[in-house]
Amino acid sequence: MIKATVYVTIKESVLDPQGNTVQGALHSMGFQEVNNVRIGKYMELTLDTTDKTEAEQRITEMCEKLLANTVIEDYRFELN
Amino acid sequence: MNFAVLVFPGSNCDIDCYNAVEDTVGQSVDYVWHTAADLSKYDCIILPGGFSYGDYLRSGAISRFAPVMNEVVKAAEQGKYIIGICNGFQILLESGLLPGAMRRNNTVKFRCHHSNLKVQNNTNPFTQEYKLGEVIDIPIAHMEGNYYCDENTLASLKENNQIVFTYEGDNPNGSVADIAGICNEKGNVLGMMPHPERAVHDILGSADGKKMFTSVLSAWREKNGVAIG
Repeated sequence: MIKATVYVTIKESVLDPQGNTVQGALHSMGFQEVNNVRIGKYMELTLDTTDKTEAEQRITEMCEKLLANTVIEDYRFELN
Repeated sequence: MNFAVLVFPGSNCDIDCYNAVEDTVGQSVDYVWHTAADLSKYDCIILPGGFSYGDYLRSGAISRFAPVMNEVVKAAEQGKYIIGICNGFQILLESGLLPGAMRRNNTVKFRCHHSNLKVQNNTNPFTQEYKLGEVIDIPIAHMEGNYYCDENTLASLKENNQIVFTYEGDNPNGSVADIAGICNEKGNVLGMMPHPERAVHDILGSADGKKMFTSVLSAWREKNGVAIG
């Protein structure tokens, strides 16, 4: 079994309204040092395989097709 | 003319769309379940609003893989009329039938109220009965209608006259270039966040959406050379 951890974040070039709102809230709470907040998604997938190369290829395909919308989002993942 | 209203698990504007077709143009209309494998009977396919698959992952992300979407892609290639409203628009974006993507509204609020739209393209099958530049009152109801595309895509949308509606006055969601609705290059696939099916009678607050249905019927009749159908 391989555990894949996938992170999906909004591209740097794309405005993140949620992140901006959370940043505003942190500022109003006194956390002035917060310079930027980006909100993304964290996913854990367990794969029925032991082949890391294959897993990497399959996870990339999953990200491209479904897990991320590459028009506005970036993704990265770790395999353990 | 035969209309189909697609129904995904979580669609909730399907009944409104169905009734709007019956009330505005009185043509044949069927609900078609997301598992359907044949849309060949239909001339116009409506993807209604709602929260298909609970909006899990992203709005429209899972619906685009529903079996019926293969048929929608085929129908689009055949030049059939396809309109996605609200969640239906999000599904069309996710499926790649229309360019761009949706972000959360810049107000980070669900916005549900009337909105003024400017008709930017009245050569589209769905808008041919409007005047160019006409301002129409069509309600919105969405959390993720903040349309985004990159600069190159925006330039090509403009160049090919694919921007069909823009918000006039207040932009409720922060969309790029005030975009409320776009079409594909051929013009037969249209996506819009506002709900024309909710604006088909004065007692609903506006009847300005009615012409979208009568327009597409006229377009179909012109194309097929029929006086009545």
